[in-house]
Order: sequence, then C-alpha cells, then structure tokens
Amino acid sequence: MDFHAPGTLADALAVKAAHPDALPIAGGTDVMVDLNFDRRRPPALIDLTRVGELRAFGADGAHLRIGAGVPYRQIIDQLAARAPGLALAARTIGSPQIRNRGTLGGNLGSASPAGDAHPPLLAAGAVVELASVRGTRTVPAAEFFTGPKRSVLAADELVTAVLLPVAPGPQQFAKVGTRTAMVIAVCSFAVALDPVARTVGTGIGSAGPTPLRATAAHDLPLPWDTAGPLDDDLVRRFGELVAAAARPIDDVRGTAAYRRHALGVLARRTLTWAWDDYRKGRA
Amino acid sequence: MRVTCTVNGEPREADDVWPGESLLYVLRERLGLPGAKNACEQGECGSCTVYLDGTPVCACLVAAGQAQDAAIVTVEGLPAAGALDPVQQAFLETGAVQCGFCTPGLIVAVHDLLARVPHPADPEIREALAGNLCRCTGYEKIIDAVRLAASRA
Amino acid sequence: MTTTVSTTRGGVGDSALRPDGTLKVTGEFAFSSDLYADDMLWGATLRSPHPRALIRSVDIGAALALPGVYAVLTADDVPGERRYGLEVVDQPVLAGRSVRYQGEPVAIVAADHPETARRAVARITVDYEVLAPVTDPEAALAPGAPQVHEDADDDPRAGHSEPGPDQPLGTGNLTRHVPVRRGDPAATAPVVVAGRYEIGMQDQAFLGVESGLAVPAEDGGVDLYIATQWLHVDQKQVAACLGLPADKVRLTLAGVGGAFGAREDLSMQVHASMLALRTGRPVKMVYSREESFFGHVHRHPAVLHYEHGADTDGTLVYVRARIVLDGGAYTSSTPAVVANAATLGVGPYTVPNVAIDAYGVYTNNPPCGAMRGFGAVQACFAYESQMDALAAALGMDPVELRARNALTTGGLMPTGQLVEGPAPVAELLRRVRDLPPAPAGADFLPGGVANTTRGEGVVRGVGYAIGIKNVCFSEGFDDYSTARVRLEVINGRAVALVHTAAAEVGQGLVTVQQQIARTELGVDQVTVATADTRVGSAGSSSASRQTYMTGGAVRAACRLVADRVYARAGVPEGRLRDGAVLDASGAVVASLADVVGDDPIEQTTEYRHRPTSPLDPETGQGDAHVQYAFAAHRATVDVDVELGLVKVVEIATAQDVGKAVNPQAVVGQIQGGTAQGIGLALMEEIQVVDGLVRNPSFTDYLIPTILDMPPTRVDVLELADPHSPYGLRGVGEPPTISSTPAVVAAIRAATGRPLPRVPVRPEHIVG
Repeated sequence: MDFHAPGTLADALAVKAAHPDALPIAGGTDVMVDLNFDRRRPPALIDLTRVGELRAFGADGAHLRIGAGVPYRQIIDQLAARAPGLALAARTIGSPQIRNRGTLGGNLGSASPAGDAHPPLLAAGAVVELASVRGTRTVPAAEFFTGPKRSVLAADELVTAVLLPVAPGPQQFAKVGTRTAMVIAVCSFAVALDPVARTVGTGIGSAGPTPLRATAAHDLPLPWDTAGPLDDDLVRRFGELVAAAARPIDDVRGTAAYRRHALGVLARRTLTWAWDDYRKGRA
Repeated sequence: MRVTCTVNGEPREADDVWPGESLLYVLRERLGLPGAKNACEQGECGSCTVYLDGTPVCACLVAAGQAQDAAIVTVEGLPAAGALDPVQQAFLETGAVQCGFCTPGLIVAVHDLLARVPHPADPEIREALAGNLCRCTGYEKIIDAVRLAASRA
Repeated sequence: MTTTVSTTRGGVGDSALRPDGTLKVTGEFAFSSDLYADDMLWGATLRSPHPRALIRSVDIGAALALPGVYAVLTADDVPGERRYGLEVVDQPVLAGRSVRYQGEPVAIVAADHPETARRAVARITVDYEVLAPVTDPEAALAPGAPQVHEDADDDPRAGHSEPGPDQPLGTGNLTRHVPVRRGDPAATAPVVVAGRYEIGMQDQAFLGVESGLAVPAEDGGVDLYIATQWLHVDQKQVAACLGLPADKVRLTLAGVGGAFGAREDLSMQVHASMLALRTGRPVKMVYSREESFFGHVHRHPAVLHYEHGADTDGTLVYVRARIVLDGGAYTSSTPAVVANAATLGVGPYTVPNVAIDAYGVYTNNPPCGAMRGFGAVQACFAYESQMDALAAALGMDPVELRARNALTTGGLMPTGQLVEGPAPVAELLRRVRDLPPAPAGADFLPGGVANTTRGEGVVRGVGYAIGIKNVCFSEGFDDYSTARVRLEVINGRAVALVHTAAAEVGQGLVTVQQQIARTELGVDQVTVATADTRVGSAGSSSASRQTYMTGGAVRAACRLVADRVYARAGVPEGRLRDGAVLDASGAVVASLADVVGDDPIEQTTEYRHRPTSPLDPETGQGDAHVQYAFAAHRATVDVDVELGLVKVVEIATAQDVGKAVNPQAVVGQIQGGTAQGIGLALMEEIQVVDGLVRNPSFTDYLIPTILDMPPTRVDVLELADPHSPYGLRGVGEPPTISSTPAVVAAIRAATGRPLPRVPVRPEHIVG
C-alpha cells in the first residue's frame, strides 16, 4: 500500500488522476474502519488533510462554500447561523472525537445511505463540487448519490466543496437512533423552508438506497402570507408525504415499517418547529 | 515508510511502517506507548483518544502517515513533573477506575473538556464524554471524577 | 454474626484506593493486549463463515508460502486433546471434520506483522460442504431434529471445572434439563396470568478484547500471559490440549479489560501456545472487536413461558414455567445457567406449588455461556413481568403484591432449601419505593441531542423489580480458593505479601485482598502479587464469589500467620493492630516487626464455603446454593410514545451486601451492573439470523453511553450473613438482574404496551 500526502489541491488531483484506485482519506472515520477491519485494501491512500484549499469555507456569491475537508466540529461552532440544518445534523454525528476529525467531503465520498450530513444538504438544495485534472463540475446533492455507497464521483475526481444556498428560512434536522448518542441513524429527516420561493425542502436519511427527498411535499401549501398556525391536516399531510417518499428496508437497526412511521413523526415535528421559527421571524 | 512526529514533547520516529497502520498501532506497537487502548478500532469507544495537534481524536482512525510532523499527546504525557494530572488524580480518588481499559481515553477527553470548559454542568459533561464507552462503572463515578477535578481547578 | 471493626487505615470497611489505580490512570498498566516480547510474532485465526458445514479439506500451502509467515496450523496439529470445555469437553481447539457455528476457528497463523498474518489467513482455502443450520431451540429439541453433535467421536465428556451436574447430561441436542417440583404441580387458583417472554442474546462487550502472549520455554513448556477469569481452569485445558503436564504450562494474569463472564471459556490460549511451541518464538494474539464477537460466549437467549396463580388477596398459589435457553454450538456453562434459571425461576418469593422445567439446547447459533447473572437474568425478566401482570389483574400495587409474597429468612426456596441468612426482600422494595420521586424534567429528553422531540409525545413511567441470585458455585461443587500470605520485615517494618491466583478483572479484588490483610495482620503495607499458577487455584472470578472465596482464603491464611506470630510472641489469645502484637487485654506486648524479625512467616491455605448438595434430577430438590443475594430497582423513564424512544431518567436501587468490604467499590459494582441491565432492556442484542451474526461491531452492537445512563441513587444495606467472611454477600450480579425488568416495567407504565421481549426496540413501543 502506498501513501500519498499532497500539499495542494492541484497535487491531490494529479495524484488521483495518476492513481485512480487510490483511496482518499481525510478524517479517516470511514476509511480507517475499513482498513482496521480488513474490509478494504486499496493500493494507495491519498491523505487530504494537508490540502489547505479543502479546509476553507466562506461566502461564494449567493452560496456558502464549505470545503470538503472542513470537520464537523467547525461546522457546529462556526456555521450554525448560516447552515443551521447542517449544523444540527453535524451535532448528532458520531462522538466529539469523530466530529473533530470527520468531514463533509468524507461523508459524501462514502455515500452511505445513513450519512447524517446528507439530508440537510438535500433539503437546502446544496450543490456538490467535484474536481479532477479535467476540470471542476457541480452536481446537485440530490443527484450525487446513485446507490448504497455509490455516487457520481468519477475515479479521478475528488469532492472539493459543498455549495449551500444561504439559508433563506428556518431549517431543522432530527435523527432517530436506538441509543442516545454515538449512533448510526435508524432514520433521519431534514426540512428547509424557503419563504422566498415558498417551498419546503426535504431530506430523508437512512430510509432508502440513497438519501431521498419528498418531492411531493415541495409545494406544500403553507400559509406563507398569513404566517398563521399550521392546520393539523396540513401537518399530517406533510408527514404522510415524507413517509411515502421513503424506501426503507428491514435491517439490524430497524424495520422498514418503523422507519416509515418515524419519518412521518419527525416530519410533522420538524415542520412545526421550523414553521414556529418562521412565524417568530415574521412577528 | 517512515513516520516522524512529536509525541509527548519528544521527537519520535518509526520505520517500516505499513501505510495501512493506524496512529494507534504506531503508538502502541512501534513507539512503546500502549496507554491509548485498542478496544474497537472503529471510532466507537474512545479508548484510544489522544491529542493530535491539540485536538482529541481517536488514534485508531488516524492513518499513520497522517501523523507525519504532528504533535501528539497521549495519556502517558499528561503527568507533569512526576505528579499526576488533576484529572488522573480525580479518577483515582473517586473510584472512576475499575478495569481501567477506558480510562486513558476518558482522561484525555476530560482533560480536553476542562481545558475548554473549566466548570462544566452535568449535561455538558455527558455530551462531551458521549464518545467514550465504559463497561464497568455505569459512568456515575466518572462524572464524580470530572466534578472533583473541576472543583480543584 | 461476625462484625469486624476496622482500626487499620485501608482495612475492611474502608474505601481504600485501588493499588493498580495509578498505573491505570497513567496508561502504564499492562493489559493483555499491551504485552511485548523481543522477536515476537503475531497470531491470527481463520474462522468459519458458515454456522454448520463439513470440512472436506483445508489447503494451507499458499498461506505458508507468504513471506513473513512462520506457521500455519490446523486441527491435525493440535498436540494433545483436540477438544476442551468448562463442564463438558466438546469444543474443538480447531475445527476438524465439521464446524458448528459461524466464527468457529479452523486454522491459525503466526507471522511477523498482524497484516502479514491477516493476508496469510485470507490465503487459506477451506472446502466446506455447507449444511442447513439448526437454529431454533424448540425445533432442535423435537424428535428427529438434526443433531448438532453427530460425529461418533464427539461424545461429550465431563469437563474441568464448574459446578457440573453429577447426573448425566442430556442426550441429542438437549444439554441439560432441570426440573423443579414443589407442592402440587397441578394446583389451581382464582387469579391466573400467563405470558411468553423472550430475551435477546446479550454480549459482555468488555472493552479489552481477547489477547495474550505465549512464550515458549526452555523446558519445552510455555509461559502464557493472559486475561482470564480463572487461571487454573485455563491451565488444565491448555495443558491437556498441548499434551503437556500442567507444570509446563504456566499462566500469569495479564491486565484484564473487563470480563463479565466472557473470559470463563478459552479463546486464544491454546492457539497462541501452539504457535509459540511450533515457531519457538513468542506469539501475541489480539482479536479485533469484530473477531471478539465470535471469540467468546454470550448470554443465552431464552424463551420463557410462565403461568402464575394467586388468591384474590394476591397470595401466590403456584408458578409453572417452561424455560428454554439456547446454548448454541458448545456446552460452555450451559448446565449451570439452566440450573440457575430453574432454581431461581420463581424469584425471591414464597410459592407453595412450583413446577418449572428449564432446558439448555445445542443449536448452530453462537455458543452461549456465562454472563453476569447467568440464568437468573433471563428468569427475572419473566417472573417480574408476571408479577406486574398479576398486580394489574388483581388491581394491586405492584410493590405491595411483591412484598406480600416476599421471601423471608426461614422461608423455603422451590428447591426446598431453607433461606438461613437475611432475606430483606420486602424491605429492599419498600426502600426504593419510599425514596422521593425522580425530579420532574430531565437533562435530556428521549433522543438525546438528536433533536427528536421538544416534549411532544413524552410520557413518564415508573417501574419496580427485584431479583435473586445465588453466590458462589452450587450443586455440590468443591468450591475453594487458595491464598498464600507472607509476613516479613522490610526496612524495619512488618509488611505482608498476598499471593493468590484470583483474577482481578476490574472489580477491585486486589484492593479487597489488601484490605483484609491490613485488618487481619494490623499492617499498613500489603503487596498483592501478580496472580499466577504458582499458587493454588482461586476458582473463577464469577458468580459474585471472589470476595467471598478468595477474601475468605486471604483471611484464613492471615489468621494462620497471626497464630504463628502469637506463638512466637508467647501470647495465647493475641491480636494484631497497628504493627503491634496485643495480648487478650489489648495491651501491647511487642512490635510485630520485632516478633517477625528476619524469619518471615508464610502460610498457604485453602478456603471452602460450606458444602452444597446436588439437585435431585427428578424434583430439583436440594440445598444447592450457598448464599442468596438480592437487589431491588426503581426505574423512572421518559418515553417518546410516538417514536418509541426511551430515556431512563433515574435509577434507584437498594441491595443487601452483608458487609461492604470496600463501600466505594460496592457502589461502583452496583452502578456498573445496573448499566448492563439497562443495556439489555433497551439496546443490547447480538442479532442472529440463520446462525449468522448480523452486528458484530460496536457500530451495531450498542452498549449504553454516558448519555444513556441516568443518575443513580444507591442504598446499600449491610445485613451480615452468618456464614460468610465478615458477613459479606456477593455484590456483582444482582444489580444486573433486576434493573432490566424495572426499566421495562417503567416503559409499560408509560405506554401500556405488553413488551414481552428485551431489548425493547422502538418498533415494539409504537408497533
């Protein structure tokens, strides 16, 4: 096994182009588990922790640009106002030690259906930036995932950043696990209200082969103008749409039926909380 | 490959490192520092918690080469001038140590917590230590130890 | 009643600090995975991917050809007995003709680096003829079921250690059946509740994975540094399998990272020794967490059918039960687990008519054996669930129903055994009930920091349970421990050296040994030698027995030493205190250092608890147990009834420990044991489907974190046992037994759901 430690993004992309089988490693929170448990023996590792460009974050036009190598700890501490849904999700990831190391880029690269950072990206309409020596492209987060642990990432590409629309409205995230902390999601859900476009962004985690959206709920007729309290039927309808959008399976962490049920509950609750925030913001 | 880094203030070097090795393996098996423990090697127990450039991390999830040029502090490096660190002393006195396998990682995690938050409330303690599993104590005496160490700061 | 008032600092009754504590907080304590030897090789194990298969052939050629590989060994290389076992010799060192569970060792490798060893393991080719596994214990008991052990040369033989039953074991897939019959087995009653309960497979999940170092010796033997619960039973089994006399297999206890029953059986002991003897080099083996799930036995999953009959005033008339415990592929401690489940199957209650049948069964599931509370845990969940159901049927308060039927001193167990010592069953229950209620609100709601509720759907519930456990080994087993105590003068001070083979597994036994020697010999400085096989057996660190047994042995050896001091000093009825020899009036006669002088006094002795009897094979009658221990729990939980998530808000517990030899350690045992019971109630289960383990990792086998554990209130009673050293009572297991049903009772109170199975999963609550 070889070990590459590029110091710049250009070097990293060159290494990846020359060694498409090489496995990028950042926080190591997925990669090292596979190595330690003898599940994976890539011919080489590419350490991305020395690539300064990947650690940067900040405004980028109408977007917030978060480098793929920004650890969750920093998202929680420094980006909670600008990316509230993502920060809520980051707080539920693994343990403090994991959040100190784990990165958004790693979460995307692993493309686990249970990745906690994914639902808020889908809900907020984030775009994933991919780069290679061939150039840079962007892919909507909702189109990034192609299956369990599979994505559109090409063999010579690296995830370099996530571009998040600056949150135009309240966002929420909630995750169900069978332990109170340090647990992989049984299911998770993110909601992002866009009072400008008058849409409801959604992201469903750990209830399908990829993170999913409840697109049918996108145009839920919320009382945007009056900012009045939500009608119970509307909230229930939202929960049903979210539950219906899930494609869960039975596995060691939970049953498909439970996941569908829990997603409905999470959807109702998070929509209510987000709407309450919206109303407070308008008051 | 060769890995050079600073461990507990001393420059250290390990040769013939297989790149798939973790920092944990390098510390334990190549540098003679078995304090960080190998309980799960999947980042789910915190027993291998060490400081990597000032940040507590699971050493099992750091590839050996990622530690190149880094400054690492392990539980062995916490006592100053031959005296136990106050966190170590508090664990000893409160009965927070039973089998002791989780202890080194917990002590580093608590050391970091108290450096950031000198007088944490109980919920802060619990959230900060949620990544460190203990199978013996039920955690009550670990919380006692944190409170005691904080009270002496 | 023996009461010892400690006058020596750090003696019996003090919360003396652990002698190994400083090394443990500085990271210098050498656990079994921390060992190192020059020129050492690394061992690795090839395990069967199939739960049941015949082995047609094993090809090790490619593995041996790998540079850096020094040995590849299979069943044919086992030098001595090819099988081992605690109670029944039925488990192969390495699988020969067949494999009986997923993860069974098939071949072992020694190489220069763990990665080389792993690559070599991957190059071994095994040709399996895969067979349909036997996975349902009830089906396994049916006539004509496929036999898990069908090889002709597989006839089990009596094993090495535990309170093995005198009567013949079962045949076919039945490993043991224990019936208990008392009174009228067909009794009837006006109020009847019946239920079927189920316990998932719990794992001990100690943090220190199986590991150790085998060093070949010049005499052709091996020195083994190992984390275990019982050095001598390991020694017997390892020696037999290596074909060596016991004195050529020397074991030394390495640091033990928790045990909880999982280190009673052998794991890598014979394997590392075989590799060391073959290569002539030290061999270290360290399991990964995943491998650890296949490397030790688990808690028996169980299905329990119970029927309770009572009078309208709540007085129990009868209990009938059928308990089936899935022992998996090999016997391990199953016979003892079955006996505990049967004999403790009605709980700490007086019941005039009892008919219980408990069965242990072979299947191709993972082998199950000892885990904290073995046998009693499974039964307690069922009988306490039944007591709650009965209280509901009678419209009675569940605590008062229990108190009405509570076992008392002088009462009879269903085995006919008289309960001689204190049995404060009703008092323990009332103590936890009468504590102030848990504070309203909580630091964390169900879901913790995962933001699942702001109070929506959250309902609080309170539940109670009490359990009973036998302490020490039962059923007529010759249960003893050995201690060697040496009193000598170093730098002008009398000091003691205590040497036993008792395994310190975290519980604080080294501290207890020091405390006893301080109290008995009146010295401050007591050194506890590393446990090894150079001294006689201490028995196992299990069954809550070590403070009783090895504590008793240390006390007995100290008293023999003291008698020699008195003889030397010419004081017939002496005492030792603060480094001085006192006469009967309490006057100082001489300094201990002067009496000992340069002629150290050493005594070695064995200590036995009073004998127990086997159970009658037809009726289960007999004085099978030496001591009973009791603990009660009150659990307060918040349940998100819409999501099925549970947060335990508070645990209150009361336990009689007879005498708290080290109060701080006692409370630590109670809190830690309670945590394991909460884990079983809410999250811990090895999920096995078709004989295959689906979650062998800490990602999916979840144990409680600090956020899952509530504050605990611990009420320790000290009602001295008339027969035990200092009146003490075993402490370790009871907290694990009653915490599980108390938590589930609290969830039932919050939700109204029947919840007949643990762990309770969210889908069971919302289902």
